[in-house]
Amino acid sequence: MESYYHWAVQKGITRRDFLKFCTMMAGMLGLEATAIPRIANALETKPRLPVIYLNLQECTCCCESLIRSSHPLFSDFILNMISLDYMETLQAAAGEQAEAARKKVMNEHYGNYVLVVEGSATLGEGGIYCTIGGVTANELLQECAAGAAAVIAYGSCATNACIQGAHPNPTQAVPIRRIVKDKPVIDVPGCPPIAEVITGTIVHYITFGTIPELTSLGRPKAFYSKRVHDGCTRRAFFDAGQFVEQFDDEGAKKGWCLYKVGCKGPVAYNACAVTEWNDGVSFPVKSGHPCMACSENNWYDSSTPFYTHLAEIPNDVIGKNPDQIGLAALGIAGAGVIVHGAVTSAVRGRSNKDGSDSEKDTR
Amino acid sequence: MATRIVVDPITRIEGHLRIEAVVDGNRITDAVSSGTVFRGIEKIVENRDPRDVWSFVQRICGVCTHIHAIASIRAVEDALNYPIPKNANYIRNIMTLTQFTQDHVIHFYHLHGFDWIDVLSALKADPKATSQLAMSLSAWPNASEGYFRDTQNKVKNVVNSGQLGIFANAYWGHPAYRLPPEANLMAVAHYLEALNWQKEIAKIHTVFGGKNPHPNYLVGGHSSTINLDDVHVINMERLNLVKTKIAEAQTFVDQVLIPDVFAIAGFYKHDLWGGGIGNYLSYGGVPTTDIHEANSYLFPAGIILNRNLNKVYDLDLKDPNQIQEFVSHAWYKYPDADTGLHPWQGHTDPAYDGPKPPYTNLDETKKYSWIKSPRWQGHAMEVGPLARLLIAYARGNKEIKELTDNALKRLDLPLNALYSTLGRTLARALETKYCVDHLAGFYADLIANIKAGDTQTFNPEKWDPSRWPDEAHGVGWAEAPRGALAHWIKIRNGKVESYQAVVPTTWNASPRDASGQKGPYEASLLDTPMAVSGQPLELLRTIHSFDPCIACATHLITPGGHDL
Repeated sequence: MESYYHWAVQKGITRRDFLKFCTMMAGMLGLEATAIPRIANALETKPRLPVIYLNLQECTCCCESLIRSSHPLFSDFILNMISLDYMETLQAAAGEQAEAARKKVMNEHYGNYVLVVEGSATLGEGGIYCTIGGVTANELLQECAAGAAAVIAYGSCATNACIQGAHPNPTQAVPIRRIVKDKPVIDVPGCPPIAEVITGTIVHYITFGTIPELTSLGRPKAFYSKRVHDGCTRRAFFDAGQFVEQFDDEGAKKGWCLYKVGCKGPVAYNACAVTEWNDGVSFPVKSGHPCMACSENNWYDSSTPFYTHLAEIPNDVIGKNPDQIGLAALGIAGAGVIVHGAVTSAVRGRSNKDGSDSEKDTR
Repeated sequence: MATRIVVDPITRIEGHLRIEAVVDGNRITDAVSSGTVFRGIEKIVENRDPRDVWSFVQRICGVCTHIHAIASIRAVEDALNYPIPKNANYIRNIMTLTQFTQDHVIHFYHLHGFDWIDVLSALKADPKATSQLAMSLSAWPNASEGYFRDTQNKVKNVVNSGQLGIFANAYWGHPAYRLPPEANLMAVAHYLEALNWQKEIAKIHTVFGGKNPHPNYLVGGHSSTINLDDVHVINMERLNLVKTKIAEAQTFVDQVLIPDVFAIAGFYKHDLWGGGIGNYLSYGGVPTTDIHEANSYLFPAGIILNRNLNKVYDLDLKDPNQIQEFVSHAWYKYPDADTGLHPWQGHTDPAYDGPKPPYTNLDETKKYSWIKSPRWQGHAMEVGPLARLLIAYARGNKEIKELTDNALKRLDLPLNALYSTLGRTLARALETKYCVDHLAGFYADLIANIKAGDTQTFNPEKWDPSRWPDEAHGVGWAEAPRGALAHWIKIRNGKVESYQAVVPTTWNASPRDASGQKGPYEASLLDTPMAVSGQPLELLRTIHSFDPCIACATHLITPGGHDL
């Protein structure tokens, strides 16, 4: 495969349609017509993006999520858009041959490959809690990051050490940006992240030649600048003060708001409610379980106990205790309290406005 | 002269596994299996709310994303003697069998496939002959000459680009590959189709659990609510989505997986090495009625020793003398180094004393793995699809017996051919068929129960910790795609006091124990042929036949043990 244009031709796309696509893309980007040849040229000549994917201290849920991508299809993604040159979970080669393949691409594409990291590094006991090929996760990570054009910390383990970093963090697990300091690290949190969020992030890079715009926490804005609460299918019930008081109760059977059984949607910055999961089938709240805010730093310590609601409605926009609202709503269903305005985050014992703290996770 | 080879990382598995093998001539004469990652999740759940723990321990593994959560929830329910509604059991079973079906298909094509299928040979295939072959095996519609030509071109383009991606540097052309080019091309096409299909069946988890991987659960039942008259919850549209995905899965398994496995097995049926330890264990799972009614299990529990199918032993997960873990060769500290401990007595601390990285070799006479050595009454045990199949067969399960006997007849192989690497792979395929058909059965059960007027999915009776005893302990067991999986919990004053899991890969990948007895991976590699030095294809084939899942196996820390 030499380029996207060749790929398009093989897909039966005509030159005319290809140029139309480039024009449309320029339009979407708000670029002037002079940019069209540049886009066409880029897509016609670029080789597939080399990608090295490392699995460190993790559970492989991120890989599993990634292969569920529907748009693009994961099979198209790896055969036509990227060259997945190292990924323990899928690559055919093993042992020395796998390591040789990784080193070859690092040499040949020095400065031009993307490094995707799933899992945390571990500093405990000199790093012996995770070794691959006889070297520590830290060393492997540093070696691979050195020649990377961009580093993507994929999933909550890589962005904030997630489960193994929860108290008391027995292995001293750390996010990868604690190890990779001389490269920009794009954080793509979530346990796991939605498949299309990672393919979307990489395809953005391939298509536009830049990393996507990031939030102040270094996460792609397209997916992490709004809260689950903002797009929630149960949001109207929150605004109306109609709450599930206990699982499977009358309110639950009407799809009411899960805030009082522990929903952290108001403090979770993620695309779940809009993009939804597994090709738009559902997301946790829609399926009846409270959001656990898995994309927030230290969620295992800050979101638990999971079935206890936030101590207060963030930003006090309701102005009342939700327990009282719920009781009132049960009595006068449909005439609940109307709430206006945005709600910003505040979890018990935490008051920072963006719902997380980039320093806190680097214990 | 004997040489020692190292394969690290073992790829196409979950987690980090290192195998060192001694090769003498062209046979493996000794093997060492080491898990090289540790995370300590059981330490992390201490002092947490037991109703939360499923979410923590679910993250033991994102591949068996469902089954750890179920084991955890059952452990809490067992401790609290907390019954669940019928619908919750059906939903859990549907999610379990969805997990099995999806996971087994991914395993066969994406984790194991390249051990049997030579991708580069597929480039030499005649697409027309491939089409004829495919049509002779199955009614699957993607079988035209043009279709296979397109697939071949896709692979050709990747190869010609010089960027081989996941195909780079493998053992293509190795003499242990036995498929003709046409069969290879058909299999490569199905590799890609299976990749596209697996995300479809996962949608069943998404309907009930909100996402996959890591769908959601609830102690006391299940969190998705059923109301046929509401748009926000489980209604007919949602149920129809589940039904559609089950039907698609049945078609895929019947028309793609099963014909492929038989076609491939036909070429490899004389490669019957890799049988290993010969002891098999199943905790039992997928209760048609209730987890405490063992005779209702789809997968019967039991123990087989020394390949003797005439005697199946019962096991008791609560008996302190039956299941014990040893750390003689694992990097943990025990009060008494060579005495095994039952999980409720577990007392474990990481204590690494291996070589300082970077290292080139491990020393099997010392500690050499993050995986402990569980034993049943002192015996090393193999778990997984083959163990389940043999135990169900020996217990007289009619369906399994018929599936197995027909398969062996079709391949013209005796029953003892199952004691092999190929046998494990065949057993997994037959189990996939068993699972996908029962998936449809549990869907029908769920519908019938809703039709009878029961929509309850959660029992609120013991949700409130103030209704719990001050102290309680329980065990939750299940069969995971990879084998027997159980979690043991102790609860004190509404919080987790201790937690421990003994899971499939801990059984299979365990290092030697106090008596020097090898674990199943190590034992299965003995006598494995090695046709090309430096290209351990046969070694990978045997290890992959177990479907390793190292994140599950690399163990836990429990707090200071309180005796029962």
